[in-house]
Amino acid sequence: MSAAPTSDARKSASQKSAKRDRSALGSRLVQAAFVIALVGLWYIGTTYGQISPILLPNPVRVFDELVDVLATLEFVSDLRITLFELAVAFSISATSGVVLGYLISRSQYSIRVFEPLFAGIYSVPIILFLPLYILFFGLGPASKIALGVTTSFFPIILNTIAGFGYVERVYVLSARSMGASDYQLFRWVLLPAAFPIILTGLRIGFTVALLSILGSETIASLAGLGHRIVHLAEGMDTARMFAYIAFAVAIALTLNTVTSSLEARARRR
Amino acid sequence: MAGNDLAIRVRNVSHQFGEEGSTQFVRAMLETSLDIHRGELLCLIGPSGCGKSTLLNVIGGLLTPTSGQVLVGDTEVRGPLPQEIAYVFQENALFPWSTVLENVNLGMMFQGVPKAEREPRARKSLATVGLSDFANHYPGQLSGGMRQRAALARALSLETGIILMDEPFGALDEQTRMVLGEDLSVLLSRTGKTIVFVTHSLGEAVFLADRVAVFSARPGTIKEVIKIDEPHPRKPGFMTSEKFTDLRNTLFALLHEEIRKAMEQSVASDRAAGGDGKS
Repeated sequence: MSAAPTSDARKSASQKSAKRDRSALGSRLVQAAFVIALVGLWYIGTTYGQISPILLPNPVRVFDELVDVLATLEFVSDLRITLFELAVAFSISATSGVVLGYLISRSQYSIRVFEPLFAGIYSVPIILFLPLYILFFGLGPASKIALGVTTSFFPIILNTIAGFGYVERVYVLSARSMGASDYQLFRWVLLPAAFPIILTGLRIGFTVALLSILGSETIASLAGLGHRIVHLAEGMDTARMFAYIAFAVAIALTLNTVTSSLEARARRR
Repeated sequence: MAGNDLAIRVRNVSHQFGEEGSTQFVRAMLETSLDIHRGELLCLIGPSGCGKSTLLNVIGGLLTPTSGQVLVGDTEVRGPLPQEIAYVFQENALFPWSTVLENVNLGMMFQGVPKAEREPRARKSLATVGLSDFANHYPGQLSGGMRQRAALARALSLETGIILMDEPFGALDEQTRMVLGEDLSVLLSRTGKTIVFVTHSLGEAVFLADRVAVFSARPGTIKEVIKIDEPHPRKPGFMTSEKFTDLRNTLFALLHEEIRKAMEQSVASDRAAGGDGKS
């Protein structure tokens, strides 16, 4: 192979990636401008317009409330409840989803039976089970955990089945031909082949668990960030409610960024 | 001891996929028998779908035939024999999540080579195929030809007497496969290994093989075995010699008829399956 075409290819690839970086930067700027414009509109509307502060408080007031919430550490008890529910729900669904998914993936027959079944249930709006869970488990964290488990279990198990169940046959054949034992086949072939796909399932599961837990706290609960937001809304304390919404959004963004970067790092390995 | 110079004995092997009468039913191989000598390179050639790869997988113990038996040395094949047989697959059988060196080491680990011996053996076999500088590359960073060299290095490191190769150069371009073929011929003339090599390239078969077994159309069985009487390592000049052309033409004549038969079969079975059968 001559060197010329490779270096040409490399050059054009680096040009392309530079171009991509520039256009990515450009779209980031537009996104930032959009958010700033929205907040600007909010500020102008509430300062000079006729919008009732009970419906939409001024952003400066919301910011002051947020500072107060953070400074007094008032958020800690609600955040602790929400994160506790998330941690328990995710541990249950991650463990059971990965283990059951692996067991199902071991036979083509059970893949044919269970994969469409789980995919079907996954497409049902699982939030509809919440009244039932509240009936079973009460208004406390248990019903939130149950809902979190139900929503996150399906993406995790479906990705685990996809990861283990569709490993290229030739990898398995070649490992077998070289004498790999069942354990070696699992450790050195099936697991590394399935790992990135399972990881994607875990990330999706984590995100939907967080969403459904926050959501269910706003519907019927005794504590948690979602509960606090509804409580403030009912007391017409809109500015503080907005502060809590901003806080919850920041927490969700942080957690999602952390899981995404964990996923990306594990994939690169 | 009868047949001590025989590395592999294939005895009346038949194989079918699916149940008789079902739409998936395929009679892949019928009553195939073949003796493979120690140290020879035997090519299996035939129309696509004739059962060449099936026979290779039966020899390698990756597939249990419907009837008949295969003996490797004096052992009947009932499953993979990693101490006797190494495999080179068509393509992409290297694990993409491991480097070239790790791939070679993994093979030896599966085979049961003690840890201390693996690294030097891996380095040696990578040097043999000219990939020493690429030990720490991932398969995805290599060209198709280099990937197949790495796959060959993995097979060589296992130090088996037999290597089975299932269209190892099938996905490569003509120039690359020519160069790899020459290198393989040089390599094998030194090692004295027994090789069974599936190909559908007439030129490759004549250039590499000591003997070429020609398969008939489905249900596949061996129609004729042609001897290629030319010492290894073979020079590129052999490819332009009259002898090469004659042998190639002989093979072509044998194959042509079978290929036509195989194609008519597949048209007929497509029609029977309502036109949506696989080609």
